[in-house]
Order: sequence, then C-alpha cells, then structure tokens
Amino acid sequence: MTLESKIPSGPVAQKWDKHRFEIKLINPANKRKYDILVVGSGLAGASAAASLAELGYKVKCFCFQDSPRRAHSIAAQGGINAAKNYANDGDSVYRLFYDTIKGGDFRAREANVYRLAQVSINIIDQCVAQGVPFAREYGGLLANRSFGGAQVSRTFYARGQTGQQLLLGAYQALSRQIGLGTVKMYPRTEMLELVVIDGAAKGIVVRDLITGAISSHAGDAVVLATGGYGNVFFLSTNAKGCNVTATWRAYKKGAFFANPCYTQIHPTCIPVSGEHQSKLTLMSESLRNDGRVWVPKRKEDCAKAPASISEQDRDYYLERKYPSFGNLAPRDISSRAAKEVCDAGRGVGPGGLGVYLDFSDSIKRLGEPVIRERYGNLFDMYERITGENAYEAPMRIFPAVHYTMGGTWVDYNLMSTLPGLFVLGEANFSDHGANRLGASALMQGLADGYFILPYTIGDYFASAKPTKVTTDRPEFKQAEDGVRAFMNRLLSIKGKRTATSLHRELGKLLWEKCGMARDEAGLKEALRRIPELREEFWKTLNVTGENGELNQALEYAGRVADFMEFAELLCQDALHRRESCGGHFRSEFQTPDGEALRNDEQFSYVAAWEYKGPNQPAVLHKELLAYEEVHMSTRSYK
Amino acid sequence: MNLTLKIWRQKNREAIGRFETYEANSVLEDMSFLEMLDVVNEGLLERGAEPIAFDSDCREGICGMCSLVINGVPHGGHRGTATCQLHMRHFKDGDTITIEPWRAKAFPVIRDLITNRTAFDRIIQAGGFVSVNTGGTPDGNAIPVPKTIADRSMDAAACISCGACVAVCKNASAMLFVAAKVSHLNLLPQGKAEKDRRALNMVRQMDAEGFGNCTVTGSCEAVCPKEISLSFIAKLNRDYGVALLKGAPD
Repeated sequence: MTLESKIPSGPVAQKWDKHRFEIKLINPANKRKYDILVVGSGLAGASAAASLAELGYKVKCFCFQDSPRRAHSIAAQGGINAAKNYANDGDSVYRLFYDTIKGGDFRAREANVYRLAQVSINIIDQCVAQGVPFAREYGGLLANRSFGGAQVSRTFYARGQTGQQLLLGAYQALSRQIGLGTVKMYPRTEMLELVVIDGAAKGIVVRDLITGAISSHAGDAVVLATGGYGNVFFLSTNAKGCNVTATWRAYKKGAFFANPCYTQIHPTCIPVSGEHQSKLTLMSESLRNDGRVWVPKRKEDCAKAPASISEQDRDYYLERKYPSFGNLAPRDISSRAAKEVCDAGRGVGPGGLGVYLDFSDSIKRLGEPVIRERYGNLFDMYERITGENAYEAPMRIFPAVHYTMGGTWVDYNLMSTLPGLFVLGEANFSDHGANRLGASALMQGLADGYFILPYTIGDYFASAKPTKVTTDRPEFKQAEDGVRAFMNRLLSIKGKRTATSLHRELGKLLWEKCGMARDEAGLKEALRRIPELREEFWKTLNVTGENGELNQALEYAGRVADFMEFAELLCQDALHRRESCGGHFRSEFQTPDGEALRNDEQFSYVAAWEYKGPNQPAVLHKELLAYEEVHMSTRSYK
Repeated sequence: MNLTLKIWRQKNREAIGRFETYEANSVLEDMSFLEMLDVVNEGLLERGAEPIAFDSDCREGICGMCSLVINGVPHGGHRGTATCQLHMRHFKDGDTITIEPWRAKAFPVIRDLITNRTAFDRIIQAGGFVSVNTGGTPDGNAIPVPKTIADRSMDAAACISCGACVAVCKNASAMLFVAAKVSHLNLLPQGKAEKDRRALNMVRQMDAEGFGNCTVTGSCEAVCPKEISLSFIAKLNRDYGVALLKGAPD
C-alpha cells in the first residue's frame, strides 16, 4: 500500500480554495441519510459533531467523561493563535505558516500547515460569535499577547483558561444540536473497537461505563477525536482518563500510526513529590517572561536554602547557553537543559529532580503587586500544591510530558488509511511536525472540527458512495465478542499486581529510555523490557469486580493493556529515526555544542507504521515531505 | 499521618448505601486528597476488595469532574479549591474524615461517590448557547465589547459545572449554575438576541429536573471552587422577570 497524501496541486496559498471547489458536495436533503459516529468531545470532536449536525448529517457523539464539557481540551491555559494581525506588528497567514513549519523542525506537511494558518482567522470569528469571553482592550477590541517565544502578538486568550472557554463554546454548540435532536450524545461511554467491513470503517463497539453493557453502532463514517497518548508515560500533564485506546484499536484494524516518537515535554511543571504522584501539573510558560531559571553551581549547595546561595554560586544556565533567548528558549531546548543540569547532580528538591524559577529580581524591579497581577493565580496554584510561597522563595519546576505530535496518519482530507475513518485534533499526526508551538493545539483542534472535516467528509460520501450497513452484520457480532473476551481476560487473571503499579513501571521505563533524550542502547533496552512487562501484566494483573457494572479498575486496566502494546511502537519509531528533531532528541545526533542535529537527507519523511498482527514487527511506510515553499534551515535560539 | 476515613459505599442507584470505615496510614502531606484515596484503593485492590468509586479527570481544578462532600462540605471547604486541588497538609494525624457523594434528588448516586449530573447538560441544551452555526460569522472585532463587560462575563463563564452549589444548598437549588451561564451569555452583545428565551427556557428545565428553589442563603457562593458570585443570581432573577413581563417567546 502506498501512502497518498492527496495534497492538491498548485501554489500553497491556493491549494485549500482549489480543493474546496473541486471536492464533491452532498445535496442538503440527502445529508440526513448519512450517519456519522464522532468519538471524543474535546475541541475537535465537539466542534465536528456540532458542525456536521448543523449541516444536516445524523450524528452520534461518544465520550468517556460524564459530560462532553469535561474533555481535556478544557485544561489548556495559554491561548490560541490566529493570523489576524490585529496588533499591526507584521503578522500574516504566511508568517504563522512559516513559524509553525519552523517550530515543527521541518517535519510537517506544508499544505496542511498553510491551511491551518488560513482558517485560524475564521476560528476567532466563530468563537466570538458563540460568546467566548476573550480578553478585551478598553476600546472593546480583542486583546492579543505574544506567546511561546513568537515575535508577533497573535495569541488570543481568556484569562488563563482559554481552553476551557473555547471548549465551552464548542460544547454549547454541540448542546444546541443535542437539544434539537440532531446529535445523540453518549456520555460515560468508551469506544473499545472499530468495525471494518469490506475495507472501510463502518462502526464502533462501545462499553457503557455505568452498566458495563457492550453494544454496537453502525455509521457511514467514524470520526476519532480522542486526544493524545501522553499518559503512556504514566506521569504527564494529561487528565487521568486520557488514553490511546481508540487510535490504537484503529491501528490494529489497519489505520497506520505516524511519528509516535514525537512527544512534547513541557519545561515548566511542578516537580514530582513522591511515589504516590498521580499526575503532573503544568505552570503556564508565561512565567518564564519574568522568572529566571537557575541551579547551584556546586552539587554540595543543592540541599541548602536557595536564599543562602550567593549570586556567584548560581548557574543561570539558560541565560548562559542561549544569551539572545535566555529564559524564553523554546520548550524542547529548555526541557533538555533542565535534564542536563539534573543529570549532572545539580538538581534541587526531592530526588534532585527540579530547577529553580526565581522571581526575586522581577519583584525587586517591578514590585510584588505587579507580579501578583500578572501571575497571581499561578502562584496560588503553586502554593496549593506545594505549600510554598513563591513570592518569598523561588519555585521549583521540572519538565513533564505534555502533548504528543504523533498520531493516526491522515491525508489532506483528515482521512486515515482506512476509508471512512477520519481522525482529528491531537489524535492525528498532521500539523505540528516534530514539535508543537505554544497556543497551536487549540487552533488545530478547532480548525479540524469546524472548518476542515465538514467539507472533506462530504467528498468521501459523494465520491466513495459507501454502502449502508447495519449492526446485524456478523462483523459487529464478532467485534463485540472480541471486546467481551478482552474484558473477561482482564478479569480472569486474578494476580497480585494492580494496573497502576504496572503502568507506573512502564511509564518510568519510557521516561528514562524514551523521554527527553534517547539513544540506541537505551531504546534497545526498552524494546527488550516492554514485552517482558507486557507479559508480566497479563500474568499478574489483579482486577476486582465484574464487567456488568461500573468498574473503574477494569476500565483502567483495558487502557493500560493498550499502552503496554503502544509503548513498543513508540520506542521502535524513536530507534529507527536516527536523527534529532523537535521533541525527538537522540543523544548520538547532536552538534558539538549539544543542539539537535537533523538529517534531512535521510529522514525528511513521515514515518507511518502498519500493523501486521500480534508479535509481528510493524512495517514502516514513508511519506516523503516536499518543501516547495520554505527553505529548510537549522533552528537556532542562541 | 494516619487517618480514619468514613466513606459512603453504594453498589448502584437502587442499592441501599452505608458508611464504611477505612484506615489510611502513612499519608504524606504533599499528597492530594484524591491521591490519598488512590493509595487507599491500591490497598483495597491488593487485598482483593473492591475499590471506592469516585470521579476525577484533569486533577487540576478545571474539568469539574471531581466532587466529594468532605466532612460535610463540598470540595472540603477551602476557598477557591476543588477536591482534586485539596492537599493533605490541611489535615492532621489522627483525624477522622467523612466522605460522601453529592446529595440531591437531581443528582442520583451511580455508585459510591459518583453521581449522575447529566441534568446540568440538559439545562444547557435548553438554552445555554448562542444560536449561530459554523461559518458566516462577522469579524471578531466587528462588535466591540467593553472590557468591563467582557471581564464580568468571564467571571461567570469560569463555572466548571461540578455541582457543589447544588450539593451544599439546603434546597438542592441549581440557581448559581444557571445564573452563571445565563449571565455569561446575556451580558455579551453576541448573547443578547436570545436573552429572554435563554432565561425562561433554562429556568424551566432547571425546575423540570427537580432542583429546589433558591432562598439566597449564599452557601453556594461559599463553596464554589471558582468563586462564582451570588450577584449573578440577582442578574438571573432580573433577566427572568423581564422576560416574563415581556411574555413568553414562541
């Protein structure tokens, strides 16, 4: 099978317009004949479900939370980018496109990224019309700020809760359609299998998380908007429920998985406090505008109170290594620098896994009230979690897994290698290349759901003319039986170990061998250990209760079982990519001064992996990336 | 520290519930309240006992999935703090902690500490939106919104729909939740077109769901993890009254 990206011909600026004209339409009266199953209700899923229903399609939407409004998009703090150029500071669609391609370390598709920058403008208009209370200037116009090291102010925000407000906009649009009867919503319902009939996605098997009932839903297309796989590391800033199950089950049914090794580690999170840690909390990157990052120069000083360490004994390592960007160096670079100093034994706090983020100079310069006004809510959050007052002593921060750029491979129409299976938002691989810029995740989720899928899905219906199926087909029965057998298998082991302890062990292994820096020996070690751990999982797992009831231990064990398989693909992809780019840093491939060394000659491609069966190695397919518009350069933040 | 926990256990909606006592030993002050429960659950699982079911997801105070009445107070009674952000340093060795689910007719218990809050979703479906379809919207800056109005709207929009306001209210009233959504949208020019029908339809749905009446005791504001102001209830009453006087929309 060859990968067809279906990128339209012509100049990059005209591709999307041309494509929208060329794709086929569905007559408004015929749209109600098509059933669409949307899995996930975050920014991408909720916006897609609402927009498709508005067009006249019959939509069912599924989420595992108790309400579609709780999807993890809600936790995004910083903002959403759009090429509005309201700030009159030289921004444009082309500049947002260029920044995103460069930020992604030249590993994203030009055509997709350009389209993303184009529709970013519509997203803001849409959200404002829905009543999203964006920050405003006194004149009543929308406020913008610069974010994540961008040189223009193109980020729109709603206090530190931009994700929440955008999600509520999409949730409310979805709720309106539910009220109108055009969307049927299934909360507390988890997708556990994709049903493929005659080579096309035709339905899903789900488990009702309250009753345990397993049932089938048939549709003319299936849309997965199920988020990223950051929780494979056990500890991440993701919500506890985030998982890889939907995209992983789709992978095992034939949807290729692309670039799993591109994982983003965010530099400013609150450090781990002990073995009991269940998740990590992100502190907005904006803190780095006024905080200075440092560690003691000498190991022996690490246990001392920070105030007692004199200025000449402190190493402001970001300012030292990156004089022009200093504390604002991009996420991957700042994270790796923190790891380096901690590896050298100069980390602070429990286990030596932390660095200081110090506001004392800013407080001296601007006064405490100014700092309180800018970051008060973040300082409060820090105090709530750590019990420490960051106005008096420096914060301790450490990097944590935050976002995953890899995901299900999709073409320009957001369709996977399985006809009829569309994948949106963080769940797909499409727009961020090897590294995502700040305030771009919200933009992509909403672009996919509001403005891309509603066009491209119609083209699939009109040109592929998918045949109607019902859940009476034997494939559904077979899939349901498979899910029941899987659940029973988890319940029947009756071993000694909990899913949490096994998941934590897997996460630790991945964090050490496939985290901020990777090397061949470590990855090979991980690839040897993961199958052993998987075997341990299936031999020693202990799940109490039964399937026919609300059983959180069972739900979770199923998700961990998929992480146990997925982890191997993640490491395999990391091992094969013998270069460093964006979120993927291979220690063997770095410049003499320790920067990522790309290998464009050999690795300028998307790695899409095909499932070949249990205990069979996945097969690599390459989608070569052609750069027609921009010149590939080396990122430098010195 | 070592703690004694009295936790509500209930197999399902129909079953009779009861308090069970558990010991939580070697609890660290850096643990969050939910991490403390995680550790208790790990111990139960290891002994082959069924873990305590409770809701949580983001664990950073924004998704609204967590709940729990802790020692009689929803979310434990620390200003602006949801249960998932509550840390064990607020407790001391030897404490006995009582943990219950939200208790309200409109939020039936599903299991143990988990309740069904879909009534809130149905209230939003009745009018908590602006009726615009995707596409064809005017430029984001076409309609200026005074900063003070946008800020006030945002104050209301910060609601996370956790239901603590209902759980604490002696009448199990959902007025603070409804008021927050009505105010968020009715304050903005984009929400004005449906201002009246929104207030009427959402209040009607709130009543239909079996939430009680509001007597403005203010307990809802006191426990709200997002500190949503009681003054929004005054605004809802005004908007509702005006809409009633204008007569029911079609």
